[in-house]
Amino acid sequence: MARQDPKKDVVIVGLGWTGAILGMELAKEGLEILALERGDDRDTVPDFKYPNIADELKYGIRYDLMQRPAESTLTIRHTLDETALPYRQLGSFLPGNGVGGAGVHWNGHNWRPQPQELRLRSYTIERFGEKIIPSDMLLEDYPVSYEELEPFFDQFECVAGISGQAGNLRGKIVLGGNPFEGPRSRDYPMPPMPQTYDATLFAQAAKAMGYHPFPRPGAIASESYVNEYGMQMGPCSFCGFCERYGCYNYSKGSPQVCILDALKRKSNFSYKTNSEVIRVEMAADKKTATGVTYFDHKTGEEVFQPADLVLLCAYQLHNVHLLLVSGIGKPYDPGTGEGVTGRGYAYQMNGGVSMFFKDKEFNPFIGTGSNGMVIDDFGINQNDFAREGFIGGSYISSGTFNGQPIRNMPLPTGTPSWGKDWKKAVGDWYGHAMSIGSHGSCMSYRNCYLDLDPTYEDRFGRPMLRMTFNWNNNDIRMTQFMRVKIEGIAASMKPDIMRSGFKKEGAMYDVRPYQTTHNVGGNAMGVDPIKSVVNRFLQVHDVHNVFVMGAGAFPQNIQYNPTGMVGGLAYWAAHAIRTDYLRQPRSLV
Amino acid sequence: MKILLRTVTLLIVFAIVVVAAIIWVPVQRTPAKALSENGSITTLASGEYVTQTADCMGCHTAVGGKPFAGGLEVVSPLGVIYSTNITPDKKTGIGNYTLNDFRAVLYDGISKGGNHLYPAMPYENYRFMTEADVQSMYQYFMKEVLAVDNKVPETNLKFPFNQRWGLRVWNWLALKNPDFMPVSDDGRINRGGYLVQGPGHCAACHSPRTVFMTQNGISESSATFLSGGELNGWSVPDLRGADSVSSKWSTQQIVHYLATGRNDYAASVGEMSLVVEHSLQYQTDADNNAIALYLKHLSGSSDSGTLATQAKKPPTVTEKLLVSADPSMSIGARLYLDNCAGCHATNGRGAPEIFATLDGNALVNAASPTGLISVILHGVELPSTEKRPARLRMQAYAWRLNDEEVAELATFVRQGWHNDATKVSSSLVTPLR
Repeated sequence: MARQDPKKDVVIVGLGWTGAILGMELAKEGLEILALERGDDRDTVPDFKYPNIADELKYGIRYDLMQRPAESTLTIRHTLDETALPYRQLGSFLPGNGVGGAGVHWNGHNWRPQPQELRLRSYTIERFGEKIIPSDMLLEDYPVSYEELEPFFDQFECVAGISGQAGNLRGKIVLGGNPFEGPRSRDYPMPPMPQTYDATLFAQAAKAMGYHPFPRPGAIASESYVNEYGMQMGPCSFCGFCERYGCYNYSKGSPQVCILDALKRKSNFSYKTNSEVIRVEMAADKKTATGVTYFDHKTGEEVFQPADLVLLCAYQLHNVHLLLVSGIGKPYDPGTGEGVTGRGYAYQMNGGVSMFFKDKEFNPFIGTGSNGMVIDDFGINQNDFAREGFIGGSYISSGTFNGQPIRNMPLPTGTPSWGKDWKKAVGDWYGHAMSIGSHGSCMSYRNCYLDLDPTYEDRFGRPMLRMTFNWNNNDIRMTQFMRVKIEGIAASMKPDIMRSGFKKEGAMYDVRPYQTTHNVGGNAMGVDPIKSVVNRFLQVHDVHNVFVMGAGAFPQNIQYNPTGMVGGLAYWAAHAIRTDYLRQPRSLV
Repeated sequence: MKILLRTVTLLIVFAIVVVAAIIWVPVQRTPAKALSENGSITTLASGEYVTQTADCMGCHTAVGGKPFAGGLEVVSPLGVIYSTNITPDKKTGIGNYTLNDFRAVLYDGISKGGNHLYPAMPYENYRFMTEADVQSMYQYFMKEVLAVDNKVPETNLKFPFNQRWGLRVWNWLALKNPDFMPVSDDGRINRGGYLVQGPGHCAACHSPRTVFMTQNGISESSATFLSGGELNGWSVPDLRGADSVSSKWSTQQIVHYLATGRNDYAASVGEMSLVVEHSLQYQTDADNNAIALYLKHLSGSSDSGTLATQAKKPPTVTEKLLVSADPSMSIGARLYLDNCAGCHATNGRGAPEIFATLDGNALVNAASPTGLISVILHGVELPSTEKRPARLRMQAYAWRLNDEEVAELATFVRQGWHNDATKVSSSLVTPLR
C-alpha cells in the first residue's frame, strides 16, 4: 500500500539546474514546492572538498558522481531490426545523479544557439530550398525565437556566472568576441578567463588564416562574482578538475554554487533526496496530472505525492522515460511516423585533431573546463548547405581542460598501450600535445528515437527506455567538412606529428568512448501537437499542468553545448508560469 | 585576650550578618526609565526587531531546538551555563513574568524568584536599553513568541561559583549608571552608540575583562571600551585602534560585514558568525550604517578607511617566494601552496567577499593564535543571510595536517606578507583538535 503525503502546489522532479531554477522562481510566488531528487544530497563542502575531489580514479574513471547503471540505465541499438542491449557501463554519455545533477560535473561551456538554429527549417528553405532536406530528416523550427529568449539567456548567464567576451552587443559587432553570434542585450557578467599556451597558438594560427577567434564562454569565474540571488563565486585557480568533478573552489557555476543556499532559505520550498519518481499520476480523463509516485529509498516504500503542478526537471532521458511510462503523449512509431513521445532523439557530432610538438611545453595540468579559444566561422549560419551537401555546422576550438594522467595522455599513433615503449612515449610526449576539436550539430531523423524496451525492465518493474540511434550521412559530411578546415589550421602550426579523429561514412555509433552528455530530443517543443510533446512554454500540449524542462525539448540539436539553451528555456518557462499560468491554469497556447 | 576574642567574635558575627544580608535582603531593582522615544527604535520596528538587535536567539535557542526555548550550552570560564527557556510558557518559561520582572532581568540580572543570573546574560549592557525597547521586547515575548514546554538542565557550577549570592557583590562592581549617555550631536552616530553599548552588547566580547571578570569598558567613557578581549581562548578584535577594522575598512565595508558576515577583506568566524546569523543580518541598513558610523567615530578614522586609500602594494618577499615554487622553501610555505593558495592566492589577498585576505587579517595576526589554529583545523562556515545566502565553507584540515604541520602553516601565515605575529608551537595545536 503506497503512502500518500500531503498535497503540494508544485512538485519538481529532479534537483539539478532546471529544478533549482524553477524552484527559485516559483518560490517567489509563495507556492508550496517540493523537489524530489533520486540521488544523495551534495554540497561543495564536504562532498567536493579539496583535495579529495581531485581524485581522477574515483571520479574521472569510476564516475562516482554519475548515475549508476546497476540502478538506472537504458537500452541502446543502432537500427529498428536489432534487439537493444542495456548500457551497462557508462561511456558515451554520463548522466548525473544527486542534488545538482549533471550541473555538478559539467565543464561549464555555455552557449546560446544562433538565431538561425531556432528556425532552422525555415532558414534552410528560404536560403537553399526545401529540396536539400533529406527525406528522413525531421527538420523543424523551434516554436520560440532568439529574440524572445534573449532576456532569459541573459538571465541564466548572469545566474550561472559566465565569463566571456561579447561579439555582438545589440547588433554592434565587438572586436574579440564571436561576430557570428546573435545580438545580446549586454556583455557577459564576467570578463573572459586568461588563456593557456595551446589556445593562444591556435588563436594566432586561426587569425592568420582570416578567421575570428574568441575566448570560450564558460561558467568559470574569472573574478569574484555575486549573482541576482546573492550567491557567490570566487576566481578559478586553473586546477583542471572540472569535467566529472564538483568544484572545490566555488569557481564553477552549479546549482550548489549559484542557487541552492538561496533556495533553501525559502520556507515554502523543501526537497527530499533518495526519492526517485517512477511515474506521473494522471486524472481519469488524462487531461491533467494529479501528482507523482516516487520510491522513497530511505523508507523503502512507494509514496504518492499529490500536486497541482508537475515539473519534470530530470535529465532528458529520464524525462522522456517518465512521459512514456506515464502515458503522456502518444508514443512515437517510426513505422508510421505517428506519435510524439520519443520522437526525434539526437546527439552531437564532434571530431578533432591531436598535434604533437617536440619543442613546445603546454603544461596541460593548468586548465579549466571552459578554457580555450574558439572560431565560429563554420557555424550553422556561415555554411552554404546546398554547396557543401549538409545541413549543420560546428564551432572549432582549442584549449586544454586538464592534464590528468589517466584520461589525458595523448600519444602518437602506433605507440604501444603498455610496457617500456609506452613509458618512454609518455616521457617524450606528456605536455607536448595539444588538440583542435569541432563540436557540431546533429539533426533528428525518422529512425532515431526513444521508446519503451520490450525486453528489459528496470528495478521498479518498468520497461527500460530504449534508444535507437546511429550516425547519419548528413552529419558525417558535416564533420568531414570540419576535418578539412581543422587540418588546414593544424598544418599551419607545423606540428611534428598530427592525428585526426573524425567519423567517416559508415561510422557506427559506439557507446564506449566518451563523446558528450548532450542527449537531446524525445519530447520536442513545437507548434503542432502532431509532431511535438510540449508547446513553446515547455507545457505538455494536452496535459496543461505538466511542464518538461531540459534538452528533450530540442526538435534537433544545436551545434553548441546545450546548457545555455536549457537554462534559457527554463527561465522562459518559469516566466510564463509565473506571469500567466498561475493566474489561470490552462494550456498557454 | 578577652578583648581580642570579643573582637573576633564580633567580626565573625558581623560577617555572618553581612553575608546573610547579602543572601536574604531583597535586592533593589533598577527602576524603569522615562518612557521617551529618544534613542529608541520602537517607533521604527517591532518587538521582534528589538529582540533581534539584542540577539536573544543566539544564546536562548539550542542547536536544533525551538526558538527561545533555551538549553544551549554556553561555555564560560566558570563552566557550562545552560541558557534558560524564555518563551511565555508558564511552567518552564517566563509566562508568569510581569513587565517589572522582565526589566529586572535585563537591567539587574535578577530572575522573578530573586535569583541572581550568571553574567553570561549581558545585563551589564542591556541596562542601557530604553524603556520603550524593554516594553516592546516584553510584549513580543509575551504575545508573539510561541510558548514551548521545555525544562532546561540546571546550571551546576563548581563551588564557589554555585553560590549565586556572590553575584550580588559582583554586581556592585559591574553595574554602572543605566542611562545611555549621548555620544555625538549626529543622531546616526548616537543611534549606533546606543545599539553597540546597549542591545548589541558588543562589549561583552570586544572589551577586555577585569580581574573580577566584569567588562572592562561598557561605554566610551572608558579607554578600554571595545579595545579587544578574549573569548574561550580566541582573541576578540579591537574595534577602536589605528590597526582595527574600524579604522581600516570603509563604512560601507563595515556595513556589508555586519549584514552578511563577509566583505572585501574578511569573513566572520566563531561567535561573530552567530551574531550575524541571528541578529545583525536582520538590522535595517540604516541601523548597520549607524553602527559603522559609531565605530568610525570611536576610532576617529575616515569614512573611506585606510585599506581603500592604500596604493597597490608591490609583490612581497612572501609572494615572490611562493611564486618561485622553489622546492627548498620551508615546509610552512609548501603547506600554504598545497592547501591554501588556490583560494587565498600567493599574494595572501584572497578575493573580495569569498576568500578572506590573510595579509593584515585580524584573526591571523591576533595575539593568541587559537582562532587561526581552530580555523585551519575545523574550517569555517559563513552564515546564510538575506543579502548573501551562501553558506560558504572553508573545509577543515584536521584530518590532513598533523600538529607540527598546522603550527608550521600557522606560523608561515602569521609571518607572511606584511604580517608580523608570533610563531606558533605545535603544543598549542594539540588541545584544539
